[in-house]
Amino acid sequence: MAEADESNKPLFAGLADVSISEDIPVEGQITVPVGPPAQDDEYSTLDEPVKDTILRDLKAVGKKFVHVMYPKKSSALLRDWDLWGPLLLCVTLALMLQGGAADKKDDGGPQFAEVFVIIWFGSVVITLNSKLLGGTISFFQSLCVLGYCILPLTVAMIICRLVLLGGTGTVSFIVRLIMVVASFSWSTFASTAFLADSQPPNRKALVVYPIFLFYFVIGWMVLTFSPSPTAGP
Amino acid sequence: MASADDLHDFPEFDAENLNLLAASSREATAISIENPNNKPKKQRRVTGATQKEDDDDLLGNGDSDKTELLVGQKKSAPFWTFEYYQTFFDVDTNQVLDRIKGSIVPWPGKNFVRLYIRSNPDLYGPFWICATLVFAIAISGNISKFLAHFGKPSKHYVPEFHKVTIAATAIYSYAWLVPLALWGFLLWRNTKVMNIVSYSFLEIVCVYGYSLFVYIPAAVLWIIPNEPVRWISIVVAMCLSGSVLVLTFWPAVRDDHHRIAIATMSTIVAFHVLLAVGCKEYFFDAQDTTQTPETVASLTGNKTLPTAKAS
Repeated sequence: MAEADESNKPLFAGLADVSISEDIPVEGQITVPVGPPAQDDEYSTLDEPVKDTILRDLKAVGKKFVHVMYPKKSSALLRDWDLWGPLLLCVTLALMLQGGAADKKDDGGPQFAEVFVIIWFGSVVITLNSKLLGGTISFFQSLCVLGYCILPLTVAMIICRLVLLGGTGTVSFIVRLIMVVASFSWSTFASTAFLADSQPPNRKALVVYPIFLFYFVIGWMVLTFSPSPTAGP
Repeated sequence: MASADDLHDFPEFDAENLNLLAASSREATAISIENPNNKPKKQRRVTGATQKEDDDDLLGNGDSDKTELLVGQKKSAPFWTFEYYQTFFDVDTNQVLDRIKGSIVPWPGKNFVRLYIRSNPDLYGPFWICATLVFAIAISGNISKFLAHFGKPSKHYVPEFHKVTIAATAIYSYAWLVPLALWGFLLWRNTKVMNIVSYSFLEIVCVYGYSLFVYIPAAVLWIIPNEPVRWISIVVAMCLSGSVLVLTFWPAVRDDHHRIAIATMSTIVAFHVLLAVGCKEYFFDAQDTTQTPETVASLTGNKTLPTAKAS
């Protein structure tokens, strides 16, 4: 051992001359486990056709849509959160709420930016609220769930626009009212099903109420949408 | 604790070290004094015994001891951490409901802050009550306008969305700026006159936030296009929440000069009235209600004409 030290010390500067004394048996096996090269490492997503990339994300988004429409306590929505779905829904809803003709001065409907801000700012405020009350859900998971649960209201908006094509009388109003009330309760119920478990039990109502208010306001915007009159000054 | 005299026994301590140690022992003495935040609250509790007994009965002696102990430990997180803000949301559902109930029912002996808030002011109530009120006023205003023009094909219905932003600005500034001004004013008067009761800024915000709750059902009632109904509901709402505010702040100003106390109270009530009447006048046009009987008459025919002529 001392010999090894002696031989190593002066040779430390030039490591090329390091030699091990023959008294010390050195044995063993050095093998590098070389498995088959993993396909993912070789095949990065840069090389795949664009169609595959888009379809993979679209399929993930679609699967989450199905989870929202049939809400049961599954954690898939929470585990693989993404914000593509909420963005898609938000843009669709905001575009469809732009019904008024551009030349109408007193079009009081919500502007695109207003809808966008309400949805995103509202989601952020509700997420902060639930975290401040002691919720264990993460920030983006909560944003994801709240955004995806706008889907019933977007579907209601599409149907409302179709109904409005038929006329703006009382019958159409009642039909739209029923649609909006049903989809608003569906949204609230779906998001509560996903989010309720992460809250402390004696504060559940405190967390659910802002979600109720949020979807109520969006439902109100959907219900009060009125297209520009086809004839008139 | 080593005093400066003991240090003379040790020859290695020269003058420099002596001074340093003396200074640190002074600092050590400073640290041993209890948290100065506890002082005014303890004062309040001790002198509270000399006030009317119903205050003490309502506080409940055991609970007040606990809350005094907890106060020092509560807001210890530095303000840049998330935990600091979590202390403002440390309420349960039944606590929030109790506070809302307390803001509607003014009881002459009970102080809203003492009874319900009890050194646990929360920001949940004020924030979400204001948000609900903003949307309630905007939506009710929209509905009342729609009902007023119902049946008139010439007027195209538009949802006036910009009113939401105006309502939000008005209500949130009332709920935050008026408490700020009141708190500053009370602080200033506190230096002049030794007041027994002093409220923290958050407690005042809490009181104002919860006092706005009664306007939410009032805003819903304003949909009815009947002018007397609107005025009755607004007067009832103003009386209820105004009296809660007056009962809360009267102990804080009653030791002041008589005129200043009266002036403060009337300013508080005046702002409250101003908010309610301002919202009503801006969002709910009075002329819509006078047109409605004629509209109804034109729709339903001769039967209602006599009543329209009579009104």
